[in-house]
Amino acid sequence: MSALGHLSTPVTPEPVAARKGGRRRTAYLLLLPGGLWLILFFVVPLVSLVAASLYDPNGSIEAGFRMTWSFHNYVDAIADYAVPLGRSLWYSLLTTAFCLLLGFPLAYAIAFKAGRWKNLLLALVIAPFFTSFLIRTLSWKLLLGDNGFVVDALRTVHILGSDGRLLATTAAVVTGLTYNFLPFMVLPLYASLEKIDHRLIEAGSDLYASAFTTFRTVTFPLAMPGVVAGTLLTFIPAAGDYINAQLLGTPKQRMIGNDIQRLFAAGAYPTAAALSVTLMAAITVLVLFYVRRAGTEELV
Amino acid sequence: MTSVTSTTSATATAAPTTGDLVLSGVSKQFGAYHAVRDLDLTVPEGAFFALLGPSGCGKTTTLRMVAGLEEPTTGTVSLGEQDITRLRPYKRPVNTVFQNYALFPHLDIFENVAFGLRRRGVKDVKKQVGEMLDLVELGAFGKRKPNQLSGGQQQRVALARALINRPQVLLLDEPLGALDLKLRRQMQIELKRIQTEVGITFVHVTHDQEEAMTMADTIAVMNAGVIEQRGTPTELYDLPATTFVANFLGQSNLVRAAIVGKADGQLVVDVHGSKVTVPVPRCRVTEGEIWMGIRPEKVFLAPAGAEQNGGNALRGATVTDVSYVGVSTQYLARMPWGQELTVFEQNTGARDTLTVGDPVDLHWQPAHTFVLDAAQDALAGVEDIADDA
Ligand SMILES: Nc1ncnc2c1ncn2[C@@H]1O[C@H](COP(=O)(O)OP(=O)(O)O)[C@@H](O)[C@H]1O
Ligand SMILES: [Mg+2]
Repeated sequence: MSALGHLSTPVTPEPVAARKGGRRRTAYLLLLPGGLWLILFFVVPLVSLVAASLYDPNGSIEAGFRMTWSFHNYVDAIADYAVPLGRSLWYSLLTTAFCLLLGFPLAYAIAFKAGRWKNLLLALVIAPFFTSFLIRTLSWKLLLGDNGFVVDALRTVHILGSDGRLLATTAAVVTGLTYNFLPFMVLPLYASLEKIDHRLIEAGSDLYASAFTTFRTVTFPLAMPGVVAGTLLTFIPAAGDYINAQLLGTPKQRMIGNDIQRLFAAGAYPTAAALSVTLMAAITVLVLFYVRRAGTEELV
Repeated sequence: MTSVTSTTSATATAAPTTGDLVLSGVSKQFGAYHAVRDLDLTVPEGAFFALLGPSGCGKTTTLRMVAGLEEPTTGTVSLGEQDITRLRPYKRPVNTVFQNYALFPHLDIFENVAFGLRRRGVKDVKKQVGEMLDLVELGAFGKRKPNQLSGGQQQRVALARALINRPQVLLLDEPLGALDLKLRRQMQIELKRIQTEVGITFVHVTHDQEEAMTMADTIAVMNAGVIEQRGTPTELYDLPATTFVANFLGQSNLVRAAIVGKADGQLVVDVHGSKVTVPVPRCRVTEGEIWMGIRPEKVFLAPAGAEQNGGNALRGATVTDVSYVGVSTQYLARMPWGQELTVFEQNTGARDTLTVGDPVDLHWQPAHTFVLDAAQDALAGVEDIADDA
């Protein structure tokens, strides 16, 4: 009797444990593809980028690079490229602001006022993606060109002087960036606005808030997750962009991406890598600070 | 009480009108669909007024026109002396407790309740909000977000958020609809208490006839966009004006009959060969084909052939169903013409219960009978009760 009891005790809990273990194993298995992907395409390149930023700066592609832990690469890179780095952040800040100013009314109109045109308008917002980024930016070059009709028209009405230009200016670069990243702002804003329960807006007006006050105190705060997502999706890629500065600007509008690209092409890997890491770190710090301030715990 | 009276002085946007809420000739069309038709309604100042009707009959639309969230296609809405038909919602001295509360999810409970005061530029809201939260027994919940509260608590926040503005009229759109039965009964008493305390006109929309009957001073019964009847709960129950009201408020037996004469202030009615009488004031129509109505609990079932003095009687019925429900027993009695009538008998213990197959007669007082227009549908309002249950 006691022997039997003794035998049976460890037997009962086993199936439960096995089931639990099985469930955990399934969870890990499901995580596997994503995890491998991240390791292969994010962790490995990141480590190799950081490693490259610490190579001997006197190396070359032909002679090879040696790992010398040259932290000085960072000091040099920041000293030499502080201006384009600052300019990049400034341009992408401007771009984000313009995208928000243009994108919010657009997203609002699509979410609340478009009625049966909603899907068509959303399709139109995405439509530019059917053409390559490069070709679209090249078209802006034609559009803003010295002999293009936009410059002609502006000169005729004397908004531009007779030798005034649009191309090769800060305005052209920021315009190009704004144009290219606008959909990244509009879509998350739309998703946020669309979710807002219309009765909340009615409740606002029932409680003595005019249309504008309701917007300020109800609609906008509720659209905050979209604002945060949209500004991040605009700011981060815009800060690293170099196509717009290259096609629509001059060396005076050079962004950090242009320098990194040039340095990589010239084989100056350690400096290029150090600049890349610096840009990444700067963006990460800014983003963390921003997300904290925006205080969107329900950020989806 | 004290908490709300103190807010009156702060009513910046509320126009200085007092008095009744009057809707005259109000209609609302959505495209070709008439949601509300030619509605005339007066809600006396300070009343607890219920707008009762089945789902989809236009109750919410009516409330929204009073709140200013919907503009009437025709007709006017006025509050005291002031015509508010075209006034923007935020300029009306009217607040709403929305059907699903519509609490602001990004604001905590304190800020939700303070919302209206802040919009009207009230500086020191802390005391008033605190007192209002105490009134609805949520004093300790100010820092929580709406999604951290139960349905009943959210309901009380919605009430506090509207009430703190001390509107002239408070609109409540099925405020208890999302609560379970027990909580609903509790909140009914609570709401009634608060209304008595603050003395504000409440317009309470509901599809629950019991809720309307227990809470309201006056009920307007609405069906398919029109008001069928308006009156106190007793008036509506005792003397329904239409078959819809007769069936929607409680239950009624409606029997096809014809008016055949008049004697001593009573109309003589022929019910499938038997003669019964009905006092003239209880008759909506005074000649021709009619529906004769009688409430099930007003009927007395007696063994066949028993004598009753002075009442109406229909003889030759058979008991076809008996359901014992504790305080009462519900019988179905098949009449000689095939119709089954419902009878409720109190289980006083004064006599034995009848059993299926017993031959019985139905007796009742003429003063409990009512007569309705035969053109109306005898089943109007019946399905609606089944839907709600
Ligand atoms: N904005 C609208 N557009 C079209 N039809 C509507 C609209 N609002 C309400 N209705 C219709 O009007 C009728 C009455 O609706 P409602 O007032 O909400 O009914 P209740 O509150 O009594 O259930 C319903 O048939 C509803 O479908
Ligand atoms: Mg409704």
